[in-house]
Amino acid sequence: MTIETTTTGILVVIVIMSLVTLATRWGGVYLMSYVRISPRIESFINTMASSVLIAIIVPMAFEGDLGARLALFTTAMMVVVLKKPLPAIAAGVAMAALTRMFW
Amino acid sequence: MSTLSTPYQLQPDRVRAEFLRLLPISLFVVAFGAAFGLAAVQTGLTPFQSSLMSVAVFAGASQFAVLDMWGPEIAILPMMAVVFAINSRHLLMGASLYPMLKQLPPLKRYGILLFLTDANWAVAAQDYQNGKRNLEVILGGGAVIWLAWLVGTLLGVYFGGLLDDPQRLGLDMVLGCFLLSMALGGKTSPRILVAWTVSGAAAMAAFWWLPPHTHVVVGALAGGAVGYFWLERDES
Repeated sequence: MTIETTTTGILVVIVIMSLVTLATRWGGVYLMSYVRISPRIESFINTMASSVLIAIIVPMAFEGDLGARLALFTTAMMVVVLKKPLPAIAAGVAMAALTRMFW
Repeated sequence: MSTLSTPYQLQPDRVRAEFLRLLPISLFVVAFGAAFGLAAVQTGLTPFQSSLMSVAVFAGASQFAVLDMWGPEIAILPMMAVVFAINSRHLLMGASLYPMLKQLPPLKRYGILLFLTDANWAVAAQDYQNGKRNLEVILGGGAVIWLAWLVGTLLGVYFGGLLDDPQRLGLDMVLGCFLLSMALGGKTSPRILVAWTVSGAAAMAAFWWLPPHTHVVVGALAGGAVGYFWLERDES
């Protein structure tokens, strides 16, 4: 099953993409409305929440260049020391730029 | 956690404050929107089609992925599978906000979820870990990111990429560093650290050995499983 990328076809592609993405934005909350929130489930979703971030970042570090790795490392150190996100993000990005200037 | 069970009222002034709070990060979103706009017109989409896609889909990684699949014809099911896989993290992100979202009436609940994306969710999730209920950032922060994504797309469509090489400036790391600072800014405990280790390992295993785009969901569910079987004493 294929769609030709004519004017109408492209509109259909965009509508399909939108509906699929909407299903992901709504689906998790919709499904949760059928789940009884026990302490165990609450513990599951709370631990899952920050694990989403880790699961995004770790492959970024593994697959990234040296600049990417040093950027994440710098941000991590700065957040732990300063407890403030904005300087930590700025330092991480600056570190990536600096590293890539020399490699 | 008795404060967490009272009904939730969205505060308009806090929505505005969260709009402004995510304004700096949305400047980087403009840069990536421009990259998308440029890539879209180079692929053969009209300016209108490119902007419509950004407005309606509002999920950058999946939009780039569909451009990669572009041709005279597009296979529907593989296209749907790729969009779903890349965006499936929204399922978990939405679910993690459910304890707060269920206190909103359904229309508002599903309305603000239209704006759900990585950065505003990360702020809401971190605030929730620290005992603060913040759904305003989903709406206000999401709106500014959505606007930035549209403005960026339009700039890219009409003026080309804003920066020759955003990677040289480290701009590809903005979102990663932002998400990392949100993760580390939340409460940590031995349980959380074990969950993160499991999550990271599972994400890498999925990245190497499972179909593409599955690593976020696999890692997150593996981390969540640690929480399911290991309850913190004050939560039970």
